[in-house]
Amino acid sequence: MTSPSRTAVALVDFDEAVRRYDPVLGIEVHVELGTNTKMFDGAPVTFGAEPNTQVTPVSLGLPGALPAVNRKAVESAIKIGLALNCEIAPLCRFARKNYFYPDVPKNFQTSQYDEPIAFDGWLDVELSDGEVVRVEIERAHMEEDAGKNTHVGGHDGRLQGAEYSLVDYNRAGIPLVEIVTRPIPGTGERAPEVAAAYVRTLRDIFRALDVSEARMERGNVRADVNLSLRASADSPLGTRTETKNVNSFRSVERAVRYEVSRQAAVLDAGGLVVQETRHFHESDASTSPGRVKSDAEDYRYFPEPDLVPIAPSREWVEEIRATLPELPAARRRRLDGEWGFAEAEMRDVVNAGALDLIEATVLAGSSPATARKWWMGELARVANAAEVAFEDLAITPAQVAQLQALVDSGRLNDKLARQALEGVLAGEGDPESVAAARGLEIVSDDGPLLEAIDAALAAQPDIAEKIRGGNLGPIGAVIGAVMKATRGQADAGRVRELVLERVQG
Amino acid sequence: MSARDTDLTRTTAAGLADLLTAGDVSAVEVAQAHLDRIAEVDGAVHAFLHVDAADTLAQAGAVDAARAAGTPLHHLAGVPIAVKDVVVTRGTPTTAGSRILEGWIPPYDATLVEKLRAAGLPMLGKTNMDEFAMGSSTEHSGYGPTHNPWDLTRIPGGSGGGSAAALAAFEAPLSIGTDTGGSIRQPAAVTGTVGVKPTYGSVSRYGLIALASSLDQAGPCARTVLDAALLHEVIGGHDPRDSTSLPQAATGYADAARLGGTGDLTGVRVGVVRELAGEGYQREVSEAFARSVRDLEAAGAEVVEVSCPSFEAALAAYYLILPAEASSNLAKFDGMRFGLRVEPTEGPVTAERVMAATRGQGFGAEVKRRIILGTYALSAGYYDAYYGSAQKVRTLIQRDFAAAYEKVDVLVSPTAPTTAFKLGEKLDDPLAMYLNDVATIPANLAGVPGISVPNGLDDAGLPIGIQVLAPARADDRLYRVGAALEHHFQASQGAILDRIPEVTS
Repeated sequence: MTSPSRTAVALVDFDEAVRRYDPVLGIEVHVELGTNTKMFDGAPVTFGAEPNTQVTPVSLGLPGALPAVNRKAVESAIKIGLALNCEIAPLCRFARKNYFYPDVPKNFQTSQYDEPIAFDGWLDVELSDGEVVRVEIERAHMEEDAGKNTHVGGHDGRLQGAEYSLVDYNRAGIPLVEIVTRPIPGTGERAPEVAAAYVRTLRDIFRALDVSEARMERGNVRADVNLSLRASADSPLGTRTETKNVNSFRSVERAVRYEVSRQAAVLDAGGLVVQETRHFHESDASTSPGRVKSDAEDYRYFPEPDLVPIAPSREWVEEIRATLPELPAARRRRLDGEWGFAEAEMRDVVNAGALDLIEATVLAGSSPATARKWWMGELARVANAAEVAFEDLAITPAQVAQLQALVDSGRLNDKLARQALEGVLAGEGDPESVAAARGLEIVSDDGPLLEAIDAALAAQPDIAEKIRGGNLGPIGAVIGAVMKATRGQADAGRVRELVLERVQG
Repeated sequence: MSARDTDLTRTTAAGLADLLTAGDVSAVEVAQAHLDRIAEVDGAVHAFLHVDAADTLAQAGAVDAARAAGTPLHHLAGVPIAVKDVVVTRGTPTTAGSRILEGWIPPYDATLVEKLRAAGLPMLGKTNMDEFAMGSSTEHSGYGPTHNPWDLTRIPGGSGGGSAAALAAFEAPLSIGTDTGGSIRQPAAVTGTVGVKPTYGSVSRYGLIALASSLDQAGPCARTVLDAALLHEVIGGHDPRDSTSLPQAATGYADAARLGGTGDLTGVRVGVVRELAGEGYQREVSEAFARSVRDLEAAGAEVVEVSCPSFEAALAAYYLILPAEASSNLAKFDGMRFGLRVEPTEGPVTAERVMAATRGQGFGAEVKRRIILGTYALSAGYYDAYYGSAQKVRTLIQRDFAAAYEKVDVLVSPTAPTTAFKLGEKLDDPLAMYLNDVATIPANLAGVPGISVPNGLDDAGLPIGIQVLAPARADDRLYRVGAALEHHFQASQGAILDRIPEVTS
């Protein structure tokens, strides 16, 4: 079950804790770059492939194999550095971080140590209420990912008590960029929110730069959250803990909350916070101490002699800078102006991750308001119900635009459009073909409508009387009956006109 | 004289190439002659760790078939070659002289092996060496020492003793060596053969089991300077899989050797390195060197003395840089993925304990000594004093070379301070063993090329070598000056290998 350290930990109420202590954040984010091949060899990068199939002698660390730098990965790292307002090093080297662990095939990780490719930057992070916090970036450096261990036969996939372990090297050597902040002071009670917003802002930037799919659930983006408490903003920094591999925005927020509460309790009791790495537990949003390494983490870093230094020319850096895509914050400001959404509406769109889809739908011909209506309404409902991301719905922005065009041209009403949408999501084809196949079309010929109206009025003579007498209230009942008779394929407005003509004319 | 009257095993590679091209002899006949010779003498010499006659003959047969079909062939096609066991060969066991790799069959070829195969040089087998190329005598092989064909009670040099002995014993006309601190040149000197350490980056390191990445360089071994040049042209050139590989093609070496073979060095400026002489150099070695200097003058070269004061610190710097890099390069040998795996005899079988047991049993004493030295040198708190200082010395040595090459075109010195010593004589005295490489190490630290050419016999009839060093990327000068030295020595004393006693077991 839970380890002893996870039981009976005293916590101070979060609000109380932040009244008496000043939390200081520090966040390290790893992003897996979406390159076709690995950081130092030609092995393909494919998510979900059979274990140990996406490997070469290099990513297996076989004797004699040598690394060669993936230029695309360097370009991506420079893009990230530039997007974070960093300096780009004119010359930098890789280093070896030496430690023995079976998921590291060479028993050293090729990383950057004291010579990161990007350094001294900043990022403005917007919170849900529009407040902006500037986060200073210390560095962004390149490194390779490790393989993945699976421990079999023990409890809960843990190493402790396992009978044996399996290693999958498919992930070994996938290029990573690690982004390290300077200490982030002054966030107070908003520390959890700032931490999560920072990671989310980075995620959006990775996507905008097209350097990674940046899917949290696949571990494309992983955060290590450092937190310390101090008595006040004037006090020296307290001892920090580093909670590793927190892999969702919500978890980042909860991990910070927990550590604030836990550290406050330790300090309140007159204790000292232990500088350590900690694990985050999704189940109860707690953290627990990580493995204590016996060799006191002497990684014996030295410059990687198998790789010549990276020396991006100024021309190349400027070329990359000139071709950087519009970043999410700027784009949001621009779209905000173009679309004229209310502030809250825009925030909802952003928070739901629907901005790209709405923009694409608008580009495909819909008005911003109708595009928003589809994505934030019906499609959000379907996605929520199925517990999937918008991206996983079987519909494209172009199809949404086509659907709306059918409504705008009067060929479908809202109800029919929803039926057509259902068909599209079920894989029956484009809205146009679904409508045709399912026979969804507003009945525009007055003949059948009049027949249905006459039948409805005949069935309820008193209603006709009331309408004739000027009471338009019951007209809905007639329209409803007609819609029912035409299986929803009538234009309700036209039915209303015809009823009035019939009764009054 | 017909090919049938020629002893194919005593013919140079260039000579064999001519016979093969003329159709006077088949590749299978040439291969068979060498396989017969190996069968005859290698029991006594032990130059080879692995020979697969059927495989060799199949490769030779393929060359004959291609020639019969009129396929255009490389001039050396059909000339067999021996390859040092530190070079990875697909489908052929590769151990680097270590028990820890016993039984490992590589799934890929080193780049230089691909080039040998493409040029049609049938591989005779893998040659013996000090474990992971650590040593100057081949006594540190995990599979027993190689014996010097000049005197079976003596060492053949190291680490590439097998590759040199195979040439001197007429078991192979060509071989591949690797030189990290003299492992090609010193064995060449003590076996009366020719060995070249090319400019760092001239020959791809992809597929060489790394000892010290910033020092390792593969090169050609042969019985004549021209043969070495021809082989260098086959294996050299740019390789995108080796980040430290130089961009230029390996051409012009054979032409330079032919030019030098005329014996004329008019206008060539030669520097005698003051620091690589005197105390510690065997009397006959110094005398042979003095005679060679007079030969150079007689050939028209302008000879001056130059001083490279930093060379005095080369050995000390080398024995920090090499172990540091080696400690990291050899970390991958841990029983997890390939080669030997040893489980602890008692206690739990964890990954860490399997690694420790495997390394404890699989590595020899010299390897452990250097891993411990290197691990210490890279440790936190010691890095600057050891590895950092050694790198500064390295820079000073590079400057000494640069200053010298402003005055002269090549430098010369004895290759090794002594001729071949007795097996076992220095095994218990690592420092005495390390001193063998005092004259060869500076070239590795600076990345410049060097050649060893036979230039005499000592009073006991053992071979002596002279070393020529050139600036980086001026390997052609080695071949020109080396061939001139060879020409003048042979003009007065004949080919040195004509005086080797017959191997008797």
